[in-house]
Amino acid sequence: MSLEVDVEHARGSFQLRARFTAAPGLTALFGRSGSGKTSIVDIVGGLIRPARGKVIVDGQVLVDTERRVFVPAHRRRIGYVFQDSRLFPHLSVRHNLLYGRWFARGNGGAAADLGAVVDLLGIGHLLDRQPDSLSGGEKQRVAIGRALLAKPLLVLMDEPLASLDEARRAEILPYIERLRDEAGVPILYVSHSVAEVARLATTVVIMAEGRVTAVGPVLDTLPLADANDGGSVLDATVSRHDEAFELSVLTTAAGELQVPRLNAPVGAPVRAYIRARDVMLSLRPPEEISALNVLAGRVAAVTPISGAQADVRLDCNGALLMARLTVKSVERLALAPGRPVFAVIKSVSFERT
Amino acid sequence: MTAEEWTAVRLSLLVATTATLASLPFGIAIAWLLARGKFWGKSILDTVVHLPLILPPVVTGYLLLLSFGRRGPIGSFLADEFGIVFSFRWTGAALACAIMGFPLMVRAIRLSIEAVDRRLEAAAGTLGANPLWVFATITLPLCLPGIIAGAILGFAKSMGEFGATITFVSNIPGETQTLPSLIYTLTQVPGGDAAAMRLTLVSIAISMVALLGSELLARRIGSRRQTA
Repeated sequence: MSLEVDVEHARGSFQLRARFTAAPGLTALFGRSGSGKTSIVDIVGGLIRPARGKVIVDGQVLVDTERRVFVPAHRRRIGYVFQDSRLFPHLSVRHNLLYGRWFARGNGGAAADLGAVVDLLGIGHLLDRQPDSLSGGEKQRVAIGRALLAKPLLVLMDEPLASLDEARRAEILPYIERLRDEAGVPILYVSHSVAEVARLATTVVIMAEGRVTAVGPVLDTLPLADANDGGSVLDATVSRHDEAFELSVLTTAAGELQVPRLNAPVGAPVRAYIRARDVMLSLRPPEEISALNVLAGRVAAVTPISGAQADVRLDCNGALLMARLTVKSVERLALAPGRPVFAVIKSVSFERT
Repeated sequence: MTAEEWTAVRLSLLVATTATLASLPFGIAIAWLLARGKFWGKSILDTVVHLPLILPPVVTGYLLLLSFGRRGPIGSFLADEFGIVFSFRWTGAALACAIMGFPLMVRAIRLSIEAVDRRLEAAAGTLGANPLWVFATITLPLCLPGIIAGAILGFAKSMGEFGATITFVSNIPGETQTLPSLIYTLTQVPGGDAAAMRLTLVSIAISMVALLGSELLARRIGSRRQTA
């Protein structure tokens, strides 16, 4: 699957000018609200006709304003999971799920088997209920299933978790991961949550004020994401559990990390997200401090961001780590590329993959 | 009740039912156009649809007579080409009732179409449904209560229609003498009071049954949506 987007569109005073190519897997459109993420998926899904540009999925031209091509939404075979699930209130869950299948008949492609999708999303017990009686999390799972059963070439998800509380999000995230890994359907996923993107994305497209500011694999790109909430992603595996202190020990390229006991078996891959403001730097190995996690590395780059603050990129044995420091600290420690430092990590958010 | 009175009641029910069922598809189409359409002359269409509500019924009846009468342009065309005759027939009464009830019907349906969440229609589109299917499977079922309300309003208006009907198709017993026409006739003759009163009660009963029926139907649709 390939998705190629190159569009310009204006909505009131808001100007969208975006160009990117998405690789297979889950591509996250990441940025603050108002950065144009939803406009992009609406254009890809056929709900907005862009003023200028092209949208190409798998070599199939869906929009080309120069050649006056505009394939209407119902002929695109692009599934759309909306933030507000949009289940049909007059139909049961079963008939909501089957709605698109009838139109998709004869399309071939991935076998859209009701049983398989129901199992994948764990919604078998809901089939005879009406949408009104479902919880927010259940509604979103049904909405995902409904999009899948229409045998889409690509699934768009516009902040599918945004209207849910933390517990419901945790309930749905594994299903989206299974979708990405087992169903093999490419996904374009809109989010403004770093944790969600770090956990789910293969590729990240970062947007700001209607422009694409960066595109690339999640490990390299996400650290550049947001000036206010920068951080870095480390791939890790669970190497052992320390039951006495209820800790888990993880191995990463940068070294070992100790974290509160994870509910994951030894050997399981996890992805850790470390916020730049949770990283302190020391020139000497810190002794007798409370933080458990100290990684050794070298300064790769120092980027001033705003007046008092600077981002320091560290190379920890090949892994990238970001630290947010004051400019004063940077000068006091004379941090410059090549200088060896020790990074003290105050907290880590761990995400299973 | 006399045979004449029964005939009028039966005729009224026939005229009102025919008028309602025949105008419903047009009512839905026009309501959809007014609710969702973007075209030049939309406000003109809106005004024309509402005209029978504003004009004196006698004027509407007279205009119908001029256009659908045997010598009217539309009336003579329909009679010569298809053998359909409206003037002084019960079909003419149904036509007059349909036109008089049309604005009420369109209004109710239009409001319910406007209340349908367009985001649901967009969602149906992304699932592969073309606009016609979206209308049939999403819009129509969701505005069904409004369609029922519009139909009941049209039916009630038809049961009570008098001015346009009597102007267009006159007051012929057994052909165009509907309930209101007969009541009117009876009030004009000495000793007709008792019969007029009986028919008035029948008229009230029919209206109430229609209204109750629509309420029950709307409630059943509502509850099916909640539980089934």
